[in-house]
Amino acid sequence: MAETKQIVMPGDLLDPSLGKPRNGAYKCGENQFCSSFFGIVQVSDQFVDVVPFSGPYYPRRGDKVIGKVIEVGPSMWVVDINSPYSTLLHMNDTPWRTQSGDIKKYLGPGDYVYAKVMSLNEIKESWITLKDVGLRKLEGGHITSIPAPKVPRIIGKGGSMVNMIKDATETRIVVGQNGLIWIDGTPENVMIAIKAIKMVEKEAHTTGLTDRIQSYLKELKGE
Amino acid sequence: MGTASDIKLIDENGLRIDGRSPTELRPIKIETDVLDRADGSAYIEWGGNKILVAVYGPREAYPKHTQDIEKAIIKARYNMAAFSVDERKRPGPDRRSVEISKVISEALSNAVMVEQFPRAQIDVFIEVLQADAGTRIAGLTAASVALASAGIPMRDLVVGCTAGKIDGQIVLDLGKEEDNFGQADLPMGILARSGKVVLMQMDGDLSIEEFDKATEMILDAIKRVNDIQREALAGKFVALALERGGE
Repeated sequence: MAETKQIVMPGDLLDPSLGKPRNGAYKCGENQFCSSFFGIVQVSDQFVDVVPFSGPYYPRRGDKVIGKVIEVGPSMWVVDINSPYSTLLHMNDTPWRTQSGDIKKYLGPGDYVYAKVMSLNEIKESWITLKDVGLRKLEGGHITSIPAPKVPRIIGKGGSMVNMIKDATETRIVVGQNGLIWIDGTPENVMIAIKAIKMVEKEAHTTGLTDRIQSYLKELKGE
Repeated sequence: MGTASDIKLIDENGLRIDGRSPTELRPIKIETDVLDRADGSAYIEWGGNKILVAVYGPREAYPKHTQDIEKAIIKARYNMAAFSVDERKRPGPDRRSVEISKVISEALSNAVMVEQFPRAQIDVFIEVLQADAGTRIAGLTAASVALASAGIPMRDLVVGCTAGKIDGQIVLDLGKEEDNFGQADLPMGILARSGKVVLMQMDGDLSIEEFDKATEMILDAIKRVNDIQREALAGKFVALALERGGE
């Protein structure tokens, strides 16, 4: 049995013998690092991260995210990517031959896009782009959301978790780094996939999760 | 510190009206994630105080002129329900609750890593459902738990506690009668690990020696309150991990 992961609170001293503190840690004295989140300690290679149990999504360059168009301007769309700040999508960063003024016919308020964070600045203004392989407008399907810090758990090692859910439920799933998940399939299968995802969310900090989800999926499908 | 009276607040055995010793806290219970819509929430029962705290954000600050280009602003709103006190309280903000909102916002700003969220605001709603002396520090204690459970980066947890002077003696965590008929009240908000003071107010008079003694008592008590905070936060996760991780 793997050990239960260590739970830390903001201000807790991190054990320096585990490795070099990276995400979720701050310097709190000479050669001392403390947790800045309420979460679990994760040790990988020589680094130590504190992964919060919940929290907002912080855009990072290169992240592929799912966003919802909330406003259309003359040459830009304002997109909500589940983060404290909304982001912008310029018409030149799309694969379509858009013309200023009529960009509404490509994307309207309420549409979802799978996009990449192209750039962001010091005051957290960010821009996204649709110009890359696999990026597109998401048509049809359902959207569900989980806290962004739990996205790695949904994907699993090398995509094992999400692929398992995809195969078991015969759905198409796109997971955004920001915690929004797009699922397409028959309504029953989508519901099963959402239930499985919610279970991963709830038990993200426990060990041996993949096996448990596998049997949970079987149970849901009535096998 | 309201009215002078001849009520005896400490009996001949050195016990207080509610039977506590001078260094004893009232019973405290904290629960997290009590509200589904909020990003983080907490409910605290501290003696007779019953307080609900909800945290929303960080989100872009509006109106836009309130934005700070360098850091997030924390908007705490302390509000007492009309039914929270003996006689009906007129609803809405008044002089007292505006002041408490301000000092709690400032106390929390020292714990939250506000510099990570330029232009943003974090809303903290503190609703007092039942008041029984010491609501500001109970609200502050619960607010820091709610912020942590919302996944907001913080340097430390904020712990609140009061001490005061009744019948000429320094005691910890004043109850309602002690607050009304005592001689001084000293609420403090302290960062749990570093011991830095982020909130301090005083009502009434204390000599320097008395003040030192009160501070010492509070610093000792915050460890106990902090343990309750940590237990409230970690409890359900530990329970689930033990249940699931045991195979």
